[in-house]
Amino acid sequence: MAVVALRMLFGDRAKYFGLVLGVAFATLLVTQQGGMFVGLMTRTASVIADIREADIWVMDPQAKYVDTVRAMRDTELPRVRGVEGVAWAVPLFKTSAPVKTLDGRIDNAMVLGVDDASLIGLPRIILLGRPEDLRRPDAIAIDQAGYIRLWPGEPLRLGRELELNDHRAVIVAITQASPAFSANIVIHAPYSRAVTFLPQGRNTLSFVLARAAPGHTPGEVAKAISARTGLQALSSADFRWKTIAFYLANTGIPISFGLVIVLGVFVGIAVVGLTFNTFVAENIRQYGALKAMGLSDLRLTGLVLLQGAVVGLVGYGIGLGLAAMFFNFATQPPGALRGFNLPWWVAAGDAGLTALIVLLAMFASLRRVLVLDPAIVFRS
Amino acid sequence: MSAAQALAVDCRDVVKGFGSGEARVMALRGVTLQVNTGEMTLLVGPSGCGKTTLISAIAGMLTPDSGGIRVFGEDLERMSRRKLTAFRAGTVGFVFQQFNLLPALTCVENASIPLRVLGRPAGEANRRAAELLDRLGMAQHRDRFPGDLSGGQQQRVAIARALVHDPRLVVCDEPTASLDAANGQAAMALLRELAMKDGRAVIVVTHDERIYRFADRIAHMADGHIENVSDLETAAA
Repeated sequence: MAVVALRMLFGDRAKYFGLVLGVAFATLLVTQQGGMFVGLMTRTASVIADIREADIWVMDPQAKYVDTVRAMRDTELPRVRGVEGVAWAVPLFKTSAPVKTLDGRIDNAMVLGVDDASLIGLPRIILLGRPEDLRRPDAIAIDQAGYIRLWPGEPLRLGRELELNDHRAVIVAITQASPAFSANIVIHAPYSRAVTFLPQGRNTLSFVLARAAPGHTPGEVAKAISARTGLQALSSADFRWKTIAFYLANTGIPISFGLVIVLGVFVGIAVVGLTFNTFVAENIRQYGALKAMGLSDLRLTGLVLLQGAVVGLVGYGIGLGLAAMFFNFATQPPGALRGFNLPWWVAAGDAGLTALIVLLAMFASLRRVLVLDPAIVFRS
Repeated sequence: MSAAQALAVDCRDVVKGFGSGEARVMALRGVTLQVNTGEMTLLVGPSGCGKTTLISAIAGMLTPDSGGIRVFGEDLERMSRRKLTAFRAGTVGFVFQQFNLLPALTCVENASIPLRVLGRPAGEANRRAAELLDRLGMAQHRDRFPGDLSGGQQQRVAIARALVHDPRLVVCDEPTASLDAANGQAAMALLRELAMKDGRAVIVVTHDERIYRFADRIAHMADGHIENVSDLETAAA
């Protein structure tokens, strides 16, 4: 009887396409917005995720997330180094600054000053140039997307100059840094140079990056650092979640995305529900005839659920494909959405939501079929 | 009743009403009717006299308020809902006034539905349906869709569907109402020829006096009960 159910479904092409499009639209909306939300939240903590060598971040006790920088005294660095369980600790300077190309193009950049000696904090992928060239006068590294943004359409080239807060800077390396939440361009420079790009107060140490020694967990060592120094120390994972949680709690981002997702679910239920209801209403005599001919309620339910499952699968496939195409094309550098992707678990979660949409949408129609009096076939 | 005949349907004082209170309408007010195997019985009478309610009850789709219906010796009121469903699938064939063919299925697929409901494999069901369609002169239309057929051709598909699983009881609701005179006569002739063998019984609800000549007995209904049952000769007289 499965073939009968499918032929009934495919036989009414207008309704079939309406149902599939309803599911596809809801899937596209939910998946695309879900992926964007995850991408945006991930981006808020991209600096933390990018520096993989360090597994502990130490900062001012009042710091709420990675973008609230209250500089610490330089003397905090040796104090952290002195805590038992710390394998090493390096300084990190973080600020933002206006950049200007020689031909007058202006943008905003996140500037990260990394340890002069170890250069810990540099992105892992250097597309052009060598890390050690950062030790040359006025040398900086810029991320690829930032470079394309400043010199669109031009090939990557080292030696280009720009003004960083009215200071001359020369590009000696091009990196592949994760996009920052608060700036379009990511610039890395040695700590001692980075602090000269901007006027500073007495203190310049934004963060201390540390690594737990073998045999110690980052969480344990972070606690020890806090206890010994009075500073706030968190494992990278905890700091990342703290930053994401800050944005979740203090911005309208989750509400905005959540509303669109809920809207997608409701629109999906409405479109699929109404269309399926019309489909059932128009075929009610056929369902009645099948019932009269001895098709049990259980098998009839199976037929209707099969029709719903096919609509759900095809619609979900189309919606997911369109969302994947969106992420493939819209996230190419230097676009604003670069680095965004579609995590598998967002797609999997949406599969569950799609099943829920189809089930809820079909509930009323299914009930209509189940309470259907087979004697309807004798009424003209 | 001849020696070869047996009681197919035995309705005793069947009462059925719809609604409640002052709005209650009594569709059947104590119907007693016997239908024998090897017979075609016509149920006739004015609209609203209870014909459709009676065949719905005989076919196990409606439970009477009181009275009893036995079909081939089985009490329908003692059957569970599940058993009634199985009873309809295995024992009853239906011909509906509006055919109720599935528009997305070909003629063969439509005619094979009762066998598919009984769980027969698609190949076997389609083969049996095709044989029956051939006998009904529909060989060249097997793979066409109902929408491509005339009313008479659709009714033949519906007859094939009613008989494909060899039901012992065939229930027809106004089988000629959507057909012209010639097609109506042809459909009744087919029904009679195919259904009246192997101990089957056929009950036809109709308003069409032109098909009375196909009946063995005619039950006249009025106001929810059987007024009289006549055989062909009596009716002609």
